[in-house]
Amino acid sequence: METRSFKVSYSPHVHNGASVHKIMWNVFLALVPATAVSVYAFGINAVRVLFVSTFFAIFFEALALLMRKRDWKQCFDGSAALSGLLLGLTLPPGISTPIIMIGSFVAIIVAKQVFGGIGSNPFNPALTGRVFLLIAFTEPMTTWPLPRGIEQAKNYLGLATTKTADAITAATPLAAIKEHASKAMPNVSLNDLFFGLHTPGSIGEISVLALLIGAAWLLYKKIITWHIPVSTILTVFVIATITHFLSPAKYPHPFFHMFAGGLIIGAFFMATDYVTAPIWPMGKLIFGIGVGLLTIVIRLWGGYPEGISFAILIMNATTPLIDKWTVPGPFGSKTLRRQS
Amino acid sequence: MSGIKSFNGGIHPAYNKDLTSGSETVLMPAPERLVVPVGQHIGAPANPVVKKGDIVKLGQMIAEPGGFVSSPVHSPVSGKVISVQPEEHPMGSRIMAITIENDGEDTMVEHQTISEPLEKDPDELKEIVKNSGIVGMGGATFPSHVKLSPPADKPIDFIILNGAECEPYLTADHRLMLENPESIVSGLEIISHITGVKKLYIGIEINKPDAIKKITKALGKKGTVVPLAVKYPQGAEKQLIKAVTGREVPPKHLPMEVGAIVFNVATAHAINKAVTEGIPLFERIVTVTGHGVQKPGNFLVRTGTMVSEVVDFSGGYTDDAAQLILGGPMMGKSSATDGVPVIKGTGGILVLPSAEMLTDAWGPCIRCGMCLRACPNQQNPQLLGNLIEKGLFDKITEDKLEEIVLDDCFECGSCTFVCPANRPIVQFFHMAKAYFRAQKRK
Repeated sequence: METRSFKVSYSPHVHNGASVHKIMWNVFLALVPATAVSVYAFGINAVRVLFVSTFFAIFFEALALLMRKRDWKQCFDGSAALSGLLLGLTLPPGISTPIIMIGSFVAIIVAKQVFGGIGSNPFNPALTGRVFLLIAFTEPMTTWPLPRGIEQAKNYLGLATTKTADAITAATPLAAIKEHASKAMPNVSLNDLFFGLHTPGSIGEISVLALLIGAAWLLYKKIITWHIPVSTILTVFVIATITHFLSPAKYPHPFFHMFAGGLIIGAFFMATDYVTAPIWPMGKLIFGIGVGLLTIVIRLWGGYPEGISFAILIMNATTPLIDKWTVPGPFGSKTLRRQS
Repeated sequence: MSGIKSFNGGIHPAYNKDLTSGSETVLMPAPERLVVPVGQHIGAPANPVVKKGDIVKLGQMIAEPGGFVSSPVHSPVSGKVISVQPEEHPMGSRIMAITIENDGEDTMVEHQTISEPLEKDPDELKEIVKNSGIVGMGGATFPSHVKLSPPADKPIDFIILNGAECEPYLTADHRLMLENPESIVSGLEIISHITGVKKLYIGIEINKPDAIKKITKALGKKGTVVPLAVKYPQGAEKQLIKAVTGREVPPKHLPMEVGAIVFNVATAHAINKAVTEGIPLFERIVTVTGHGVQKPGNFLVRTGTMVSEVVDFSGGYTDDAAQLILGGPMMGKSSATDGVPVIKGTGGILVLPSAEMLTDAWGPCIRCGMCLRACPNQQNPQLLGNLIEKGLFDKITEDKLEEIVLDDCFECGSCTFVCPANRPIVQFFHMAKAYFRAQKRK
């Protein structure tokens, strides 16, 4: 009987269809609500910042891939675009275009491609870019235009606002708290922090509600697990609660710490970055606790009003070690332990 | 759902079982020529005891065991031996095979039937199992008599029959459970009699409610049917034991370590046939399936029948048939040719059209951790895959991880199935196994 030839490949011969591309797209989708709120709140300025950061991230990725003699079309795998978008979301809406481009350069070239591109970077690219800008361009990085709803915003915190050439600016809630820590506690509406339309801040961090909608999507699609965000936020909450009850006049309410600043976007969208965070559940919990501790320590006693970026980057450095320590025993190892 | 047992990890592939689950098993007549390999089991190959020109009868032993962990091979037809020489084997190499010309008579060799096996001496029954060439029919083809002879210091508490059939596409066990539930239960009773174990379980995935019903009825009070969650690899031995008994077989150990022995339902059926009817193992149900064949179905096929003949009998290939897989899509072996025989472990012939073939392009690991959550053995496919990819075998040895590669990974493919970067993790492990085995031989 005649036989027939076939193509061969190694098992398994089926796949669930997951791809890096699809994961990245889902994270983009999860960032749509926060981006929409920021565009509503800050207008065309937000669009400009996000477009420039994303476009140049892809541009620098392509450039680096060409220099490394790799397929430059990999710049469209979504990872560079996502780093760019996340960088944009951590910037103040009024920041100038050249500074954003420098941020994208640091994020993609210095933090990612120098180490070998996707999968090889030890530090979160977007946050590396942001922290570089914060140190190098402190003034523009801490100048916060007020969002829309100017009437309410005028009385924001009861603090003086500053009128610059093109915007009215004010301190972020966390910065205000820092300045006034020793005096009377500024009155910040938790509602404003939660919905995010009336407080200044980084483009992506202002609306907790919008971020949580996106986070729910990531959890639902099983793109992230609960371990890192829950342990991070819970740690901040616990320390904030203890300090608040010890000295309510000095330390703000724990809900304030949860809703103000970059805790939510950091815990759900930055600390959960696959490449730079631990991989096992126990490791993720340790990592999250570390991020939470460093964040609240910097916020309460450090030199900066916000500490989540530094906290995540510092914990990124511990990831290889945590990964090594937290490998669970293989299937059946419990039985061996019981027997011995 | 409560009462549905399972294990940690695992995946949910598209099952595609409805292609064949409703098709009654069709008896395929034995072809004119059969190529019967002497290696159809794990362990030492059998040694041929016939030579060219010999006349053999149906069920006659044509190759004797090559050791304790080995199994004899029986003639699937009556006829004349026309050659004893190496031939293409489904596992990809050429090994010794006995080619028999079928005389079409099916003259059965002299054999003994036992109507009341439970009255017989257990050792006598065990001898029958051994002499009948019974091997694990779930695919691993481990000689069954070895499992029936646990050492005295390993007390056995449970016998578990595996009716999970978790490989996508395959329905051979499903059909057997529907069409021969009494034989499976009788086989289980014989196993229980031989081993003296009284706690008997049959695990079946709940996507086969009709099989659960039939087996429950046939089993009566003799044992317990355990409904299992529909999850791959639910039918893997250690995962099945975990689901049914809650016990975890330690790494590098056999199921008897936690007092369990597992047989496939088709193996129990084969044991029953061997003991009660005196018929050794020379035929099995094969699921011919996939969108690369015209008419998917289940067929009772003699071992030694060419895959090409089975597909032809089923209705032939479609025009775009591109890939031939012996077994299921998760652990089955992709074969370059259909000029290989069906053997005792061939549960499926899966033909995929070119449109369903996977791309082999893959990228760097992004550490998403999905492989770790999919791994049913809680291994470290992420780290090991990366180390093997970079050729860092010394690092694996240094960190004492080679045992994982060699012993604990059974290449179920779950990690690779979920990998968004499409990394060939199973293939990495396979390469590393070859490397470490070669190292150990040095």
